[in-house]
Amino acid sequence: MIDTKYFLKGFKSIKGVGSPAIALGASFVAIGALLKNLGFTIQESIFSTFLTYALPGSLVMAESMLIGASLINIFIAVWLVNARLYPMTVALMPLLMHENQPRWKYYLSCHFIAVSSWLIMKDNYENIEKENRIDFWIGIGTATWSVAIFSTIIGYVASDFLNKDILIGLAIINPIYFICMMIGAMKTLQISLSVILGTILGPVFYFLSPEWCILFGGFVAGTIAFLLGEKSGN
Amino acid sequence: MATNIIIVILVTSLATYLSRFLGVVSAEKIKETSKMFRWFNCLAYSTLAALIARIVIFPSGSLSEIDYLIRFVVVILSVGVYYLTKKNLVYPTLFSAIILSIFSSYL
Repeated sequence: MIDTKYFLKGFKSIKGVGSPAIALGASFVAIGALLKNLGFTIQESIFSTFLTYALPGSLVMAESMLIGASLINIFIAVWLVNARLYPMTVALMPLLMHENQPRWKYYLSCHFIAVSSWLIMKDNYENIEKENRIDFWIGIGTATWSVAIFSTIIGYVASDFLNKDILIGLAIINPIYFICMMIGAMKTLQISLSVILGTILGPVFYFLSPEWCILFGGFVAGTIAFLLGEKSGN
Repeated sequence: MATNIIIVILVTSLATYLSRFLGVVSAEKIKETSKMFRWFNCLAYSTLAALIARIVIFPSGSLSEIDYLIRFVVVILSVGVYYLTKKNLVYPTLFSAIILSIFSSYL
């Protein structure tokens, strides 16, 4: 069903110099502590990371609960902040699709799409034959997802020991990891332009709308980068 | 907070899974060699860059207590470490946490 060789190969991506484990761990430790302070039980905290596995979504959920937002408002706020997962999925799945593989693998494993697992897959897919990529991806996803769940538990249990200075230290780790990963990914003109323009336009659009800035900024930046790249042959 | 926590978690995860699910549905019809795929690839990278820039420049939560100049210096120094260590990802991330803690304690 799932080729163990490629699954394990993907799973091992959490080891070594490119490991996302520290960055993922740091942010989910912070989430664990946050959920505890919100009044979640440990089972509910685990359940939350297990089912959502997207950091900004969990943060928005926590913020919405603090202000007592309605369920429909929580749904919209979370959908908005996690809508980036749509272009990410469309930009990943065609690389993994193969006629010999069952469809359920794609619909189930898309749950593993998050920034770190996505960037690792984008960095490695060329080394794996197309038919085996989905199993390799499920390995990456299972590994990063496990780290996230495990770290949520650590953060929940250790929340009393996490003072403000430690939480600030934890908060910077994830953005730094993503920035370095993005710089590493800038191998073509289109991707480089996308990253640079997105970095500029995201914050610029913040002044127009804090809620929509990521989607608007990302859409305009990505479209400009695409058009310029196509014009000069990628 | 009268709302049941389990229901909030389910709503959050559904709102998140929705984008992933629709992504797979769309991906079924998109070839990796097509223009459409390259466009979405650009959108994915630019949206991620916008998200990360937002987190660093307009943070919510604990990072917002750090002066933006300090955040900027930490990012520059960490990217420097990334290049110095031949694109190792573990060192710059650990370095960033340590240097930020030092800055926030002593500055």
